[in-house]
Amino acid sequence: MEEKKIFSVAALFDTADEITRAAKETTAAGYTKYDVNTPYPVHGMEKAMNLKPSLLGIIAFVIGIGGVTFAVLFMSWASIIDYPLVIGGKPFFSWPAFVPVAFEVTVLSASVGTVVAMIALFFKFPHNSHALHETNYMKKVSADKFGINISVIDPLFDETKIKEFFAKLGGKDIETIYEEPFPKDIKMFDKRFIGVLVVTALVTSGATYLTLNKLLYMQPFSWMSEQNKGLPQSKSEVFPDGFTMRPPVEGTVARGFIPYEYKGMKDSAVINLSNPLPYSKEIIAVGKTRFDTYCSPCHGYFGKGDSRLHDQFPKPPTLHSDKVRNWVDGNIYHVITNGQNIMPSYEKQISRDDRWAIVHYIRVLQRSQNAKDSDFENSK
Amino acid sequence: MTAIDYTQEIPVVEGRPTASQIEEIVSIPMDTRPGKIWKILITITSLMLLAGTVALGYTFYYGIGMWGNNNPVGWGFDIVNFVFWVGIGHAGTLISAILFLLRQRWRTGIARFAEAMTIFAVMCAGLFPALHTGRFWLDGYLFPYPNQNHLWVNFTSPLLWDVFAVSTYFTVSLIFWYVGLIPDLASLRDRTANKLKKSLYSIFSLGWRHSTRHWQHYEKVYVILAGFATPLVLSVHTIVSFDFAVSVIPGWHTTIFPPYFVAGAVFSGFAMVQNVLIFVRQAFNLKHIITLNHLEKMNQVMIVVGMIVGYAYAMEFFTAWYSGNDFEMFTFINRALGPYAWAYWIMISCNVLSPQFFWFKKLRRSIVFMFIIGVFVNIGMWFERFVIIVTSLSRDFLPSSWGMYTPTIYDFGVLIFSFGLFFTLILLFVKTLPVVSIAEVKASIPGAQPSHKGGH
Repeated sequence: MEEKKIFSVAALFDTADEITRAAKETTAAGYTKYDVNTPYPVHGMEKAMNLKPSLLGIIAFVIGIGGVTFAVLFMSWASIIDYPLVIGGKPFFSWPAFVPVAFEVTVLSASVGTVVAMIALFFKFPHNSHALHETNYMKKVSADKFGINISVIDPLFDETKIKEFFAKLGGKDIETIYEEPFPKDIKMFDKRFIGVLVVTALVTSGATYLTLNKLLYMQPFSWMSEQNKGLPQSKSEVFPDGFTMRPPVEGTVARGFIPYEYKGMKDSAVINLSNPLPYSKEIIAVGKTRFDTYCSPCHGYFGKGDSRLHDQFPKPPTLHSDKVRNWVDGNIYHVITNGQNIMPSYEKQISRDDRWAIVHYIRVLQRSQNAKDSDFENSK
Repeated sequence: MTAIDYTQEIPVVEGRPTASQIEEIVSIPMDTRPGKIWKILITITSLMLLAGTVALGYTFYYGIGMWGNNNPVGWGFDIVNFVFWVGIGHAGTLISAILFLLRQRWRTGIARFAEAMTIFAVMCAGLFPALHTGRFWLDGYLFPYPNQNHLWVNFTSPLLWDVFAVSTYFTVSLIFWYVGLIPDLASLRDRTANKLKKSLYSIFSLGWRHSTRHWQHYEKVYVILAGFATPLVLSVHTIVSFDFAVSVIPGWHTTIFPPYFVAGAVFSGFAMVQNVLIFVRQAFNLKHIITLNHLEKMNQVMIVVGMIVGYAYAMEFFTAWYSGNDFEMFTFINRALGPYAWAYWIMISCNVLSPQFFWFKKLRRSIVFMFIIGVFVNIGMWFERFVIIVTSLSRDFLPSSWGMYTPTIYDFGVLIFSFGLFFTLILLFVKTLPVVSIAEVKASIPGAQPSHKGGH
């Protein structure tokens, strides 16, 4: 059996007066690494022990300043930058309305921060394996006695001398306190430890899975999604024909879908139709996107008839031929809407205005391939 | 009865108990098996809890349509109870923090208990707005956290301020209470022989060693926490009153609300602390530590805040008249003479008239009498919130949109649940933790501090 390591030499006193005197004497004798344990804070003891004032006031102040800064900056960022939303006609940075939250965040962060700093940093708690625990000394100072103990790390530590010193001061129950030997056979992969880890992991992940995937889809949590309403493609109990979706009234024309009145009547179209859209940059841009989407696969991006379909579909003729260039706008519009030869009608895919926009764009393409000299002059 | 000199500080404890006797007395509830009274009481409170759970279950399953809330009275029992319970909590922080900063040493005997009451009352209070959101399993969205919808909460809304105020209040009260408990838990750890108790006390006392090097920081932190809790407690009920004052409803839109609400909160809180303490000191024989003098002090505080509340009632009428606003004037006449006049006059008689009896010393020091007045004050303060909320909402601007409010049995059920929860927690607390701060009382007995004679 190896020798026990000494932790400190301790003595007990009966009254607050005696312990204050003892602490003063101990400080006077040059000891520094010692502690006084009392069941309640004894006034003037910090002075007797010559302790520096606590820094926790400064810590609370710093955390509080940090908390208020964070709160104000965060609220400003959220309501000015990340999701600006006008509320009640007030400016985004409505600082008076930020005061309550900023105040609460300050108090919360400073209180929690200070207590955590005290417990974890200043006390290094939790610490239940300290040598003083479970000693007679600890039990007495926990109840009604006042104890002093000089640690072995004090440079002037000498067991017998300190015992004599305490006896001279009138200390009772003078004893040497030993360190609890550190248990040697702690295994990392203890069966019970691994078991607890596995069970915790399973319970946590299982509970999370069930909550998010099963529980929240059960009543009453899911009553928002279970409403008495007709869903698409479902059978209706209300209407005699059993359809949930109601067909529009006979002859209804949907907005933007006026039927083409010159179907198969090219000559009338050429005479009667003219482009209703003005000639502008925006409309040509719309025409370009529609042309690139719907026309270019066969006609090519520049209307040259260079299909991208690799002969899976017959190539159309170029749009730059004299024939097409001499067509009126109504003729091109008619071909897009009605179809021609093998080209189908695009009435269903492209809205009326977009078709006219495409006509404008085709004119732009044609001009680009057959530019006049004056165009170069104008572009200078 | 002997004359009491009110210029002298009253002793914290009566008689001359020693430190170990104090520990002994305070530990009795924890060391002995529960007595008959305790068992009867916890049976009653658990039955209340159970009955309330049924109402809560219906609310949970079918939604808050089970309650009497309607249009125009969208806030009914739920918000009445919320404000009531938050108010109850305020006395605890007032006693533990404000009286601590004012160096009122008589608070020592009752502070721990009052703090515990604060925590339990805030728990009961938090229940109601949480339920009132309708789908309360989604209440996490009340807090601003980065979510997949890229939405933030509305930082300019009083209802959000409430979320921050109440959760901060709960957290700070809890840590304040826990920090106070640490040395006591260490003392209990060192005196118990029970193995299970010992390990629990060891865990929660974190290894406290009563070291002066620790006491030094501990005392500092206690002052800091008291310093934080003081403005906090004032801010919480101020923010609760903003729920009303920031709106434009007649009878709510007044600047008197913050101080008026804080005074009311302290008033009802003191009544509740006094009521429950009477039971505790009788049941657990703590008459030396929670003395008649303490109860008398509390009754004195109740006269003061009761009169502040009475002044606020009068001032509301004056302001309504002085504002020249027809709706404001009508609201107050409607309160006193309208369909809810019965509630108004219950409020006035319980809150303004009943504490006036405390001017008589004999009545102030009679346990039975002060208990009855305490109950009256709590009833009155509950009705104050009822009057403010229901009368203002039921008749606001357009007579065509007026409507009456009738609570349902589920409203009462949830109220009973909250009372059951509160008293069950109180009973569990008095049986498992020291109801009086052992370390603070030890430090206050005669001869506990150095006499400045020795050592010089």
